[in-house]
Amino acid sequence: MGRSGRVLVALALGAAVVVAACGSSDTGASSKDTTAPGGTGAPTAAGGPLPAAQLSLVAYSTPQAAYDQIIKAFQATPQGRDITFTESFGASGDQSRAVEAGLAADVVAFSLEPDMARLVKDGIVATDWNAGVHGGMVTASVAVIAVRKGNPKSIQTWADLTRSGTQVITPNPFTSGGARWNVIAAYGAASNVGKDDAAGLAYLDALFKNVPVQDNSARAQLQTFVGGKGDAMIDYENDVIFAQQRGQALSYVVPDQTIRIENPVAVTANSKHQEQARAFLAFLYSPAAQKIFAQNGYRPVVSGLISPTQFQTPPGLFTVAQLGGWTKVNSRFFDPTTGVMAAIENKLGVATKK
Amino acid sequence: MTATTADPAAGPRPTPRLRRPGGAGLGLGVGLATSYLSVVVLLPLAAIVARASGHGWGRFWSAVTTPEAAAALRLTLVLGLLVAAVNAVVGTLIAWVLVRDEFPGKRVMDAIIDLPFALPTIVAGLVLLALYGTTSPVHLNLAYARTGVMAALLFVTLPFVVRAVQPVLIELDREMEEAAASLGAERFTIFRRIVLPNLLPAIAAGTALAFARAISEFGATVLISGNLPFKTEVASVQIFSQIESDNTLAAAAVSTVLLLAALAVLLALQAMQRLGVRRA
Amino acid sequence: MPSRGGRGALRAVAVGYLLALLALPLGLICWRTFANGAGPVWHALTSASARHALEVTGSVAVVAVVANTLSGVGLAVLLVRHRFPGRRLLDALVDLPLAVSPVVVGLALILVYGRTTGFGAWLAEHGVKVIFALPGMVLATVFVSLPLVLREVAPVLEEVGIEQEQAAWTLGASAAQAFRRVTLPAIRWALAYGVVLTLARALGEYGAVAVVSGRLVGKTQTATLFVEERYQNFDQPAAYAMAVALAAVAVGILLVINLLRPREGS
Repeated sequence: MGRSGRVLVALALGAAVVVAACGSSDTGASSKDTTAPGGTGAPTAAGGPLPAAQLSLVAYSTPQAAYDQIIKAFQATPQGRDITFTESFGASGDQSRAVEAGLAADVVAFSLEPDMARLVKDGIVATDWNAGVHGGMVTASVAVIAVRKGNPKSIQTWADLTRSGTQVITPNPFTSGGARWNVIAAYGAASNVGKDDAAGLAYLDALFKNVPVQDNSARAQLQTFVGGKGDAMIDYENDVIFAQQRGQALSYVVPDQTIRIENPVAVTANSKHQEQARAFLAFLYSPAAQKIFAQNGYRPVVSGLISPTQFQTPPGLFTVAQLGGWTKVNSRFFDPTTGVMAAIENKLGVATKK
Repeated sequence: MTATTADPAAGPRPTPRLRRPGGAGLGLGVGLATSYLSVVVLLPLAAIVARASGHGWGRFWSAVTTPEAAAALRLTLVLGLLVAAVNAVVGTLIAWVLVRDEFPGKRVMDAIIDLPFALPTIVAGLVLLALYGTTSPVHLNLAYARTGVMAALLFVTLPFVVRAVQPVLIELDREMEEAAASLGAERFTIFRRIVLPNLLPAIAAGTALAFARAISEFGATVLISGNLPFKTEVASVQIFSQIESDNTLAAAAVSTVLLLAALAVLLALQAMQRLGVRRA
Repeated sequence: MPSRGGRGALRAVAVGYLLALLALPLGLICWRTFANGAGPVWHALTSASARHALEVTGSVAVVAVVANTLSGVGLAVLLVRHRFPGRRLLDALVDLPLAVSPVVVGLALILVYGRTTGFGAWLAEHGVKVIFALPGMVLATVFVSLPLVLREVAPVLEEVGIEQEQAAWTLGASAAQAFRRVTLPAIRWALAYGVVLTLARALGEYGAVAVVSGRLVGKTQTATLFVEERYQNFDQPAAYAMAVALAAVAVGILLVINLLRPREGS
């Protein structure tokens, strides 16, 4: 703790918001006296209504239902009473590029960090966006293996996916952010988190021989799978839960070793409503908002909010940082000409240009 | 909505008898029209051909002959021909029933023929999936199958032949048929020898339009085809997925093939019409 | 002329084909949409994203209809009333949009105005966004519905001839007066017909708009894109509700067209 002033500010902000949110659920009383001490990031951190403003939220598509509910909850707090929203949802990479190209946004939410990094590079998002206690990540999930209801092919492990005659659905990692999580989840598991690189690479090679279709996005692959194609599908846990909640007949297994998926969110540096946008960002970490995320299949990043049995924590959970972080992973695996996946895809005749 | 409304090659018009004074106004008008069409139509289409051929013939050829692209183009062509053939037969038959038959509900039937023209294509796809999808109440699941794609194409192309043949059939003189019948000719012989030759130009024009529409359709097929390369992926869906992958070269190459096919159908139609006019 | 049996068989095939392909699927979707009454349908259509999608569709369609009406009448006058070098070529060019795949149209616009092209980058520097924004969607819609007004107006213009206009000029009317008082009344039904057709096409456009809009929910999502996106998200009630609403508009447009058709050219 106390590494820098920023962390303190973020902590104060987080604490203030937690109190604010609790306050709002218990009739909003006595939340004023916990205003963050001198936190520049939280000007009117708790209690009083913020000046009216319209915030533009630009997000990737999966959490649409969650954000709809969270915005309603935010507007029900004294603070968010006068704040209205325009929301835009789409493929994570498309949304990031659209903001880069000038789409107005106050708050941006993506499925993976590189989409945020693109905006940091352009100065649209401040370089310290991930300095907070949760590292800029608002939700988490894990990569899972979705199977047909009742698991007729009894698929339990990563190794089962490379059995001959098993069809695995995963999107094209050169177009889909979700697919990149899938690839490094598979690699990380097979290589014992990078310790046995050769085994990891061999596994990817074998896995993609069993992939009959590589869709362009996680949503498209979900359609392909529920439409009846394939025996198994690698996907975010929250996406599979989403499909289950909407009556799709599928179940999933959490492999013993898999990757922890984290989804970044940030306020843009060029937002004209910094105060309101930051208040909303802080609200996303409130118990109320985190619980809504959890209801929609995401794992909360704030601990202690949900029953420990709601989500199964695999023993061998690892993170992208343990594999060297996104910059290293992206250049090693997903460079369109020299990446590991480019070589595998070229053998299969799949486009890698992006 | 008559067939001519969707007819890319509305017939050649007779030259006007009189000319309006031309001069500077005409020049300006022609200039304006040409630049407008250039900006809106020509320039973008030229950009496709430029993108496709920008890296030489070799790259273009390899882009349209990758296994996936070749399979999509082949499927598009085969489905287009099949759909055109079904339309030629069934469309003529429906037109015949609408003109020569009388039964309750005929007017309603006549009215709904145009629906596929007015209905958004994505709605057409959704509508077909409701009856012939995974939740089909008649247990006929055509989703993610070639037959499903074909059903979607039949849906959107339905009016072309019907609306081309119908007016010709209405104006067809029935005396010849009656004369032939009184001479003892068989019904089928009368149809084949007297009616069909008169309908043939209209059937051909309608069929050509149906083919052009079938090979270019996207909205109606995208939900049903389910994005399965080699199986249900037609050219337009393949182009879309290449655009999504930012692979504009491959998309432009396949697009160029579709463009050339559309152009060929247009030219064939114009040639057919000129021939028809000359014969008349 | 066929015997009773033959006629009955033909009728059965025709009716059966239309039932299986058109009537039953449409009926089923209506039935499913209203299975729980009109309340959920209304709710789905008045959600924020549905309202926004309808607004986007409406504004794109209005701009496209205006653009194509003006250019359609102008081009029709030019092509029918004048002879000039390149006229045939122009005539053929005008028909091209109806034969080109909507996806190809979208790709074409991306290749001209996209951020990877010099022109697109130049526009972006000057604050003009075409792709992933309304201008691109308008261009796409204008493209696909370009000839519809022209192809309705041109034959009527041909038929009415030029004598009356010339009479008006002889009497000292300006070109604008002659157009407004003489030409416009003559073509008004054909024009109305063409406008309605253009409107139908613009409201229903999917492929070209899907490519150029980026399909951003709440930003560039049109009603047709809403149908697709809701369906992909397993939200069938909303997808069906919007689909049925669009189908109702299509039926309304057909009715208008049927009202206009008999007066055409009169």
